[in-house]
Amino acid sequence: MTGELGQLALCFALALSLVMTVAGLFGAKEDRAAARSVAVSSAFGLFVFVALAFLTLTYAFIVSDFSILDVASNSNTLKPLVYKISGVWGNHEGSMLLWVLVLSIYAALVAGLQRGGPRLTSAALGVQGLLAAAFLLFILFTSNPFLRLDPAPFEGAGLNPLLQDPGLAMHPPMLYAGYVGLSASFSYAAAALLVGEAGWARAARPFMLVAWMALTCGIALGSWWAYYELGWGGFWGWDPVENASLMPWLIATALLHSALATEKSGAFRTWSLLLAIAGFSLSLIGTFLVRSGLTSSVHAFATDPTRGFFIMVLIALAIGGALALFAWRAPTLQGGAAFEPASRETTLLLNNVFLVASCACVFVGTLYPMVLDAINGTKISVGPPYYVLTFGPIFFALLVLVPFGPQLNWRRGDLKAVWRSLYPALGLAAVAGVVVLAIASPRSLTAAGAFAVAGWLIGASILDIRKRRGARASAFAAALAHAGLGITLLGVTGTTVWRSEALTVVAPGQTMTVGPYTLRFDGVTRVKGPNYIADRGKFVIMEGGKAGATMLPEHRLYLAQGQDVTDTAIHTTGLRDLYLALGDDRDGGRFAVRAYVSPLAPLIWLGGLVMALGGALSLWGRLRLSEPENKPAAPAVAQAAE
Amino acid sequence: MRRGGFKTVIALLVMMGFSNAASAAATAVAGFSNAAAAAVPETFSDPGMEARARHLQRQLRCLICAGESIDESASSFAVDVRRLVREQIAEGRTDKQVQDFFVDRYGAAILMKPPVEPATWLLWLGPFGVLAIAGGVAWVTIKKAGKAEA
Repeated sequence: MTGELGQLALCFALALSLVMTVAGLFGAKEDRAAARSVAVSSAFGLFVFVALAFLTLTYAFIVSDFSILDVASNSNTLKPLVYKISGVWGNHEGSMLLWVLVLSIYAALVAGLQRGGPRLTSAALGVQGLLAAAFLLFILFTSNPFLRLDPAPFEGAGLNPLLQDPGLAMHPPMLYAGYVGLSASFSYAAAALLVGEAGWARAARPFMLVAWMALTCGIALGSWWAYYELGWGGFWGWDPVENASLMPWLIATALLHSALATEKSGAFRTWSLLLAIAGFSLSLIGTFLVRSGLTSSVHAFATDPTRGFFIMVLIALAIGGALALFAWRAPTLQGGAAFEPASRETTLLLNNVFLVASCACVFVGTLYPMVLDAINGTKISVGPPYYVLTFGPIFFALLVLVPFGPQLNWRRGDLKAVWRSLYPALGLAAVAGVVVLAIASPRSLTAAGAFAVAGWLIGASILDIRKRRGARASAFAAALAHAGLGITLLGVTGTTVWRSEALTVVAPGQTMTVGPYTLRFDGVTRVKGPNYIADRGKFVIMEGGKAGATMLPEHRLYLAQGQDVTDTAIHTTGLRDLYLALGDDRDGGRFAVRAYVSPLAPLIWLGGLVMALGGALSLWGRLRLSEPENKPAAPAVAQAAE
Repeated sequence: MRRGGFKTVIALLVMMGFSNAASAAATAVAGFSNAAAAAVPETFSDPGMEARARHLQRQLRCLICAGESIDESASSFAVDVRRLVREQIAEGRTDKQVQDFFVDRYGAAILMKPPVEPATWLLWLGPFGVLAIAGGVAWVTIKKAGKAEA
């Protein structure tokens, strides 16, 4: 019964999305209020029915209804409740449903907030409805999560143990909130091209901010999960799948900056529209190229060819349609605003130049092996060294320029005065670089440079915050986000340059050393979890002959899959991680152990959090200060703040 | 269902954003004993040679994993290649000779850093080309914006 209910809800949702498309576009084009209100109601209805379908599937996972194929293939009665729920999006069908759910949430928000006036909203709803319809068709025809299985099996196959983790339970919804969040900017941009562009950048800004924050958090969560779950202490591998999430983030960051100029001074009008289209296009390309398995040569698993074909057509139509619309309408938009070379506009433009080039790097690096293989069968790999040599310098140059942006005024700035005001930050940068060069071992010029730039970013943010004392909270958004970049840079540098490791076999009672730590191995006990059994090692950190903190890394065997998973133990001081992964049993109670000491590792994710917090401040200011279109001239400080 | 289970799991992981996880899962299923062998590599007592070995290992890709280097992978392939790298360093071969040895055997795909040759010019120069074009457009835009004001 539940399966049929979900199926029916999806069909209703499809019908509503079609109504929303027609009514929204018609209402905007012909300026009919009745049609527009139909579009608004359909958006709410769409959300209700997709949510119903999603809840139905969730219920089926919770009660382990194995008569539904999706549940039988991906769930198991022994799983803890939280992983039964996260299992809903831990598979293709369910995650597509989550994708549409997020899309419909954004549609309902667009309809509810009515930002940018009724016509723009209505056209945006029309476009959003078209996207929803396309994905609902995809689900119903190729990826239906409600297909029945007869006879129902007694037990389900279970969720991959690596995914049974709180970090990864959260990661997909967060990343989807970002990926799909860019659909709102996309819809607003398309709507602006259809009915006139005035005010779209302002209208879409909260959606851009939410999407960007969610992407930032989603990427950070994924990187953190890879760090503690995979057992080799890495946080970023320049893997096609990771790159797929980085590209929309880079473009969304560019869009946030460019749209700000569009909104505040009318500059870069067409460019912001193009970025909004590109951002969501990259979300689409990224998610689905990766999902189709095209980018990973060895683990190329055969997916259903109809699925791949359907999704390719869908992507081509969405991106091609939007670009055609852009090519048709953009030339009619009026030209750029006036500003001097030394101005906020120039810095935002440079921000975009470097971000687009960084994104091009990731794009080329991700797709090149595939394209080259398809053209003449030449097989190459594009690994981290490539990105270090290309993405590295481009992004580094961007970071050096960042502190100037928030200090220069719109239209006409005083570069000399700004440069002088940044002297303290320059001093901090010099000190950071010299200190690293003097005391850190091994000595590394790269690390010194990176620390100097981090000091420059953080110092400039502190100056910025001091300057804006007393302003409203959102004035500090840029300072926080930019400081977050500096913090992440510190973490990345520390971990990459100064990580020490030990790979060894220890017997109970023996000690091992890694970096500055000495560890005593107290042997292994067998423990039983809800759906796994584990060897739990006990390691005691020795501090001057005395026993300190205890670490309990596990080596788990998940029963449903017969799969081994290492559960690492991490002891952190906040500035340094000691990381232990328990290997397997050697005879006589001896165990293989991997240990890493990663200086500054926690800063990688702290920086991400600080960046997202910057976004949150900006959003909060936006929503509180809603909509006075002709607000009185703000005081200079507040204005410079934005 | 169970038969396809493992492939599905890998597919799932890749789809969810982490093919490193997929390779980890692959090695986990292939048998963790491999990882144990990786956990006790023979190490050179000479720090210079050890540093060279580690550097070379990081430059070589594990061909049966997704995106991992020989240095960090726990697969049997990585274990074998690590042994070969160390044998050749011990024999006194140069870094270049060691890399060429593996390229002859496995093709350029084993190099983490793609070779610079006509087929990869676009790969290496493309991003900087985009940077130059974007920079040029920005230059023109700034010029125009300045004139508009005058």
